Amino acid sequence: MPHNGSVSADLAESGTPAPTAPRRRRGLTSIEALALLLVFGLTARPGLTELFAAPVTQAWATRFVAICVQAFPFLVLGVALSAAIAAFVPADFFHRAVPKRTALAVPVAGVAGAVLPACECASVPVAGALVRRGVAPAAAFTFMLASPAINPIVVVSTFVAFPNDPAMVAARVAASLLAAVTIGWLWARLGKTEWLRLPTHRHHEDGKWAAFWAAIRHDFLHAGGYLVIGAAIAASLNTLVPETWLAPIAEHPVLGVLALAVLAVLVSICSESDAFVAASLTQFSPTAKLTFMVVGPFIDVKLAAMQAGTFGRRFAARFAPAVFCTAVAASVLMGVIWL
Amino acid sequence: MRRDAQAIVLLLVGGGLIRLAWTGDYLNYVKPYALWLILPAGAILLAVAAITAWHAWRDKREAHGGEDEHGHGEPKVAWLLLAPVVGMLLVAPDALGSYEAERTGTVVGAEEDRSTYPELPDDVDPVPLTLLDYAARAIFDDGHTLEGHRIQLRGFILYDGDEPQLARMVVACCAADARPVKIGFDGEVPAGLEPDQWVEVVGEYSPRQGRDEINGELVPYIEVESVTGIPTPDNEYQ
Repeated sequence: MPHNGSVSADLAESGTPAPTAPRRRRGLTSIEALALLLVFGLTARPGLTELFAAPVTQAWATRFVAICVQAFPFLVLGVALSAAIAAFVPADFFHRAVPKRTALAVPVAGVAGAVLPACECASVPVAGALVRRGVAPAAAFTFMLASPAINPIVVVSTFVAFPNDPAMVAARVAASLLAAVTIGWLWARLGKTEWLRLPTHRHHEDGKWAAFWAAIRHDFLHAGGYLVIGAAIAASLNTLVPETWLAPIAEHPVLGVLALAVLAVLVSICSESDAFVAASLTQFSPTAKLTFMVVGPFIDVKLAAMQAGTFGRRFAARFAPAVFCTAVAASVLMGVIWL
Repeated sequence: MRRDAQAIVLLLVGGGLIRLAWTGDYLNYVKPYALWLILPAGAILLAVAAITAWHAWRDKREAHGGEDEHGHGEPKVAWLLLAPVVGMLLVAPDALGSYEAERTGTVVGAEEDRSTYPELPDDVDPVPLTLLDYAARAIFDDGHTLEGHRIQLRGFILYDGDEPQLARMVVACCAADARPVKIGFDGEVPAGLEPDQWVEVVGEYSPRQGRDEINGELVPYIEVESVTGIPTPDNEYQ
């Protein structure tokens, strides 16, 4: 952040006009940042109140703040875990714990996903830490995809949302695991390491705790910024796309599945609660609801933004469509078998 | 982004979360249990902010006021974290209400798989029920357990065309997935009900049912005995 000029530009991007400061060759100090914020807060508040008085903007702001408030704790949990992996787990631990052959490591990582009881905001930074620690990216991605979909909290919430339908729970776990492992194997065959651009972590001489705190700070600021982009897009789509377009295609077997797959990407609901939303979409076929629950934790606009931030844009541009197609295919297959 | 500026951003995000928890405004956005996620997360962010500020200050002192060499390469995208801070602290938008409910289909279909409808207590009159519970009993159990009881419902008013309805937003995770459950009024309804006004309705089960035009789901009705205005509850969602 070398220029004050770009600070103003960033503030403006986030929808908040800021007074322009003269260009100088050093970054913003905390005193200047505080002063800027105070001035902004005092001058902009009446304007903001007016802007967000209209029902549309108010509904947008409620959704935007809601997604952020719900996601931040899980993001903090994820970056704390990933920082602990980076700082305290010995470098050779994963070499010993993860099978040498990638083909074998991928399914092991998929099943291991069941131990991280958090939703997808937590699993992205954890996967980043695993790759940095030398775990094969294929295995790390499988872990990243599987853990928000098959962990105990998600399984229980799915069971509660579909009380008379245990086949739905089984189909969800099976389809998610199948798709996650398929993506891992696909990456092992076709993936290229140069697509990945992991943010570098500075080496710390101050010891493990300094490295731990620095990693939390860095990862939260980084992934959090991308989470905000995703939250803004999801809030906009939620507010602007009317629900009425869903009804006419719900009956169609193919279009219904595709519609809910796209909806899962757009609305970006946490995997711990998407089962309740899926259960409420009663006009749709069981396979379509299953697709909604399998696609959502794998890829949505909020996740795509975070993956772009953690692994680089070239990676995200290839990963997101591949994951989407695999998840839909696995859901349809499991839907045919189980439902 | 310099490290002291990073400390400020972390302080504001963590402080914003703690403030939402302190004032109770978090209920406009997330479920009540999320308090136990927001508080520790806010505390951790404040701790990270304090440690970041302390490290920046210490390194600066050791370098005799020289240029802060650490913390560069932090992405500009982190400045975007100020947007939710502005949202939490300055805008503080209200809970979703009639505007959203009028544009979203009623959610009652999720209760279709429910297997049991416990008998309502005979010694309570009127029996307070949630809108979702009333709607599920009325639609999927044909009101068997509702008959012979006076029912009390609390929700806000919305208008389906000219016709007032009682509604409440049902939230699964956060307000982004809020969807309404709607109930129609049968019988004499007082005139002049304002949208978003919170009311307590006492009445009896009515076999009448309508359809929500948005998603084609059934909307149950209640035979109205009285409609009383009440203050907006702390937790507007269900």
